[in-house]
Amino acid sequence: MSEVNEKAAARDATNWAKKVSTLNVSEVPEGAININVEGKRLAGPIQGFGKMWQKTYQVRLPQERVSATELIATWKQRFPEFWPEGNAFYGPLTGIAPGEVALLNMTLPGKMKLSTGVMVLYADEESFTLMTPQGHMFAGWITFSATEREGETVAQAQVLMRASDPIFEMGLTMGGHKQEDRFWNHTLAAVASHFGEADAEVDTQVVCVDKKRQWSKWRNVWHSSAIRSTLYMLGAPVRGVKGLFGAKQPVA
Amino acid sequence: MPEATATFEVRRHGAASIVDIRGDVTAGSEAVLMTAYDEAGDARAIVLNFTDLAYMNSGGIGLLVTLLVRANRHSQQLLAFGLSDHYRQIFELTRLDEAVGIHDTESDALAAAGAS
Repeated sequence: MSEVNEKAAARDATNWAKKVSTLNVSEVPEGAININVEGKRLAGPIQGFGKMWQKTYQVRLPQERVSATELIATWKQRFPEFWPEGNAFYGPLTGIAPGEVALLNMTLPGKMKLSTGVMVLYADEESFTLMTPQGHMFAGWITFSATEREGETVAQAQVLMRASDPIFEMGLTMGGHKQEDRFWNHTLAAVASHFGEADAEVDTQVVCVDKKRQWSKWRNVWHSSAIRSTLYMLGAPVRGVKGLFGAKQPVA
Repeated sequence: MPEATATFEVRRHGAASIVDIRGDVTAGSEAVLMTAYDEAGDARAIVLNFTDLAYMNSGGIGLLVTLLVRANRHSQQLLAFGLSDHYRQIFELTRLDEAVGIHDTESDALAAAGAS
């Protein structure tokens, strides 16, 4: 290893998650459902099925009101509070830190409930990145960052993703993209509002990085969190009856 | 747009173009990396030399994914060498290693690209 490499390793070793082969949820918070995270592998844009998209959402705040590092510290600390109603982020007690796994309970169009999760891939003072597991709606990562430019602090969420499987790809084209845009617009607006900019405008930029679908990945549907969440919900009455007779409850 | 903090110098070696990376690779490196890719031209393989990489964050990893898409579109192989153990693990963690051939040395990478 070169001297430059050694210095680099020391500089950011703490910012990146340690290598894992599968995800492990150390603690399941009350109310969270852990059916699509434990034992799953991470999946990036290379492992996804659909077209590859890069979506960037930005909001500008006066720099005198908040610095980039203050904004990111707050965003990490209060991450779930900025999400739209009906969606829950069950972060680890230790907060957003590299390697930590969070469970998500999302509401999709048609009021469908979906349980999934993310792992904190990277975190430093000015950014943090969440990566998705197999079966998530999309395979990829989201980077939240803040930069200071010309007297403004620009908060940004940038998604690099492919739909995980053909069903999610269809869902994205049938309103899923719009819903995702609304989700992150709400989140960025909530961050701005927290810092006193209630009417801040959120800029959205969408780029199709790769128009090709990766048909070899269609089998990802096996891990689909939508299908597994639906089956889990349908099984709720059966689990309830078993519970009455003292049978052991499944994961949750 | 964040400032570029890395340089990408392109050398041609037979059917491969080698990109020597120096400095910090972040989202701000996009323009310079894509210029380097254009300089690499019609090479059959693009070989990334990470020996003098100082630092790379998740934005930098995202850039490599974008570069991979462009290379695939032109039926070019993307390979890498000179990664420290730390960054090799990050390639494995992000599963970038499933699409980018990782090698210990330049000659190994060139041999794998059929350009030695």
